[in-house]
Amino acid sequence: MSDAPTSISPENCRGCKACLQSSSIGEVIAASGDVTDHNTPAVHRGVWVFAEQHQGKMREVAYELLAAGRGLANECGCDLAAVVLGHNIAHSAAPLIAAGADRVLLVDHPELARYEAETYTDALCQLIVRHKPEILLAGATAVGRAFLGKVAIRANTGLTADCTALSVDPSMCLLHQTRPALGGNIMATIMTPHHRPQMATVRPHVFKANVPDPARAGQTLVEALELAPATFRVILSAATKSSLNIADADIVVAGGRGLKKAENLVLLHRLAEHLGGVVGVSRACVDYGWASAARQVGQTGKTIRPKIYLAFGISGAVQHIAGIRGAETIIAVNSDPHAPIFDVADLGIVGDLTVILPALLEALGAQSVPNSGQP
Amino acid sequence: MHIVVCLKQVPDTANVRINPETNTLMREGVESITNPFDEYALEQALRLKNSHGAKVTTLTMGPPQAEVVLREAIARGADQGFLISDRAFAGADTWATSYVISRAIKKLNPAVDMVFFGKQAIDGETAQVGPGVSEFLNYKLVTYARSITVGADGRFTAETLMDEGMEVVEGPLPVVVTVLRDGPLPRYATLAGWMRARHAKIPVWGVTGLGVVPELCGLKGSPTRVMKIFVPPGKTGGIRMDGREMPSLAVEAILKILRDKGVSK
Ligand SMILES: Cc1cc2nc3c(=O)[nH]c(=O)nc-3n(C[C@H](O)[C@H](O)[C@H](O)COP(=O)(O)OP(=O)(O)OC[C@H]3O[C@@H](n4cnc5c(N)ncnc54)[C@H](O)[C@@H]3O)c2cc1C
Ligand SMILES: Nc1ncnc2c1ncn2[C@@H]1O[C@H](COP(=O)(O)O)[C@@H](O)[C@H]1O
Repeated sequence: MSDAPTSISPENCRGCKACLQSSSIGEVIAASGDVTDHNTPAVHRGVWVFAEQHQGKMREVAYELLAAGRGLANECGCDLAAVVLGHNIAHSAAPLIAAGADRVLLVDHPELARYEAETYTDALCQLIVRHKPEILLAGATAVGRAFLGKVAIRANTGLTADCTALSVDPSMCLLHQTRPALGGNIMATIMTPHHRPQMATVRPHVFKANVPDPARAGQTLVEALELAPATFRVILSAATKSSLNIADADIVVAGGRGLKKAENLVLLHRLAEHLGGVVGVSRACVDYGWASAARQVGQTGKTIRPKIYLAFGISGAVQHIAGIRGAETIIAVNSDPHAPIFDVADLGIVGDLTVILPALLEALGAQSVPNSGQP
Repeated sequence: MHIVVCLKQVPDTANVRINPETNTLMREGVESITNPFDEYALEQALRLKNSHGAKVTTLTMGPPQAEVVLREAIARGADQGFLISDRAFAGADTWATSYVISRAIKKLNPAVDMVFFGKQAIDGETAQVGPGVSEFLNYKLVTYARSITVGADGRFTAETLMDEGMEVVEGPLPVVVTVLRDGPLPRYATLAGWMRARHAKIPVWGVTGLGVVPELCGLKGSPTRVMKIFVPPGKTGGIRMDGREMPSLAVEAILKILRDKGVSK
């Protein structure tokens, strides 16, 4: 970093990108007054997927992004590469190739054994400078959302967060990135016309991973990098599923006044646990003290955008619907054929939840006594 | 210790409505509020003010009326507020926003030890401005913190929530921290606080005051472009079935969706 130039004159810019190594790129660019010539689209090529792993285990979203990236790369007629940062990660290459990658760039370094924003940013930016990808996708996970924000600044390019749809204009390999905003009330399509790479984070489960093809040919490249030691120390780490994070959950199993009594919430917890989701409630349940306010869905609760929302005994008041408009699929069970929730449900079942919920649990084989979690 | 808290004024998205005819936002009657995550960030700073005598400075970038979020923060206990406002800043994406905010932070005296952000703004929901500013300032970054303390050795400790669970990290200052809505509830403003806030002088910084490069600000300085805004197709209701006679059919229909969505075998 120390040899990064402190000023650049546009006439002398040879596109060496040494300036991108500087962590005060804004200053460098500001000093030169030059904004456009720093990452010429013409020299950038290829689609990259940041394949996030944790302690050697690949995140599912990496495979999903490879499926999406494969499509983009085919349309643009370029290669698809997966980038893995970590330590002792050689085993991760083959599954990534089977999932669609033409190349896997592996950075195996002790400093990358654990995620830290600074080291991850440094490593990925060094690779970007070295290979100049045209498109870079990453999962909108805790890690992806955090350090890609730094990478975008250091690489002097745009980043679109939390995309739910991607397409490409193949003539210029221009990425169309669509994402929700304002609590899912509107969608925006965003482009990065003049800066490269075009960067996007994508919500998990938006794309479906390809069926792995072990016969696919691909190349694994081990990339040697020099990285500074991490500056933070982790003094405690406790694996807890944040069961109260209903806003980010993909599956929300919710109940309302129709549950009739607090004990019935146990059934919801059992279902949620089985499906890997979390329990949400209507305001009525919070008012009765059956559940904590952190679980409330709706206008004065959380706005949620799960893939599947299951509503048991919820009438569907406007204030409740306000929180679930962004749900992909809504399944509602209500004994009242005229309940307004049916107007928004993809599957509306007129019926008694005390019959249907246990039958569903049985069909799923989810009979075990759960730990009922937090209220 | 000098802490900066970045506050954004946002529309109360819970009340945002779309005009179905014109596909435009109906802003009438939509209140502007301080981004709720930012209030938790402010609370963490005010706790450090109480425990360590930290000086708490608030910043917001926005139109002149965004000043109220600064006064509200002063009423709650912040020491001062700066409004970053200029026509040239309009239309900024996260790159251009991070650039301008980081320049404002560099201008502050004494040098800033910690910069607190909300995890994300409820309108844009990008969660990128905090990380972006950390990069421009060359400060280390901690994301998704519930609480932050500073020890006698002048190092911070933060309790964070990552995908796997809770993590407590420790490190040197200066640092940028993004804060969740999980920690202690934001305190209320006091009457005395409001008196102070009413009389507080709020300096306004624009392009010249900050010495920023106009080409790097606002829409001009933004690498991303919004090409299209549209209302997601509204939900209209789909299959309706009666599960009273044959609950097993209803269960089968639910299972089919779960299978199709890949959440159950
Ligand atoms: C300013 C304001 C803000 C609000 N914010 C929120 C909010 O954020 N979130 C929220 O949820 N509400 C909110 N509300 C409250 C909202 O208006 C409703 O009162 C609330 O959502 C109703 O909850 P519910 O659907 O559980 O209860 P109900 O409306 O009483 O519905 C219970 C449903 O259960 C069904 N049922 C009964 N027995 C069974 C059975 N055995 N099997 C199947 N179904 C059965 C009934 O047919 C009925 O439809 C707000 C209200 C106001 C005024
Ligand atoms: N215009 C702004 N003025 C002050 N702070 C901001 C502004 N925009 C974003 N922030 C801060 O950055 C955080 C993340 O915002 P975002 O990246 O837009 O989700 C917010 O919670 C605020 O703390």
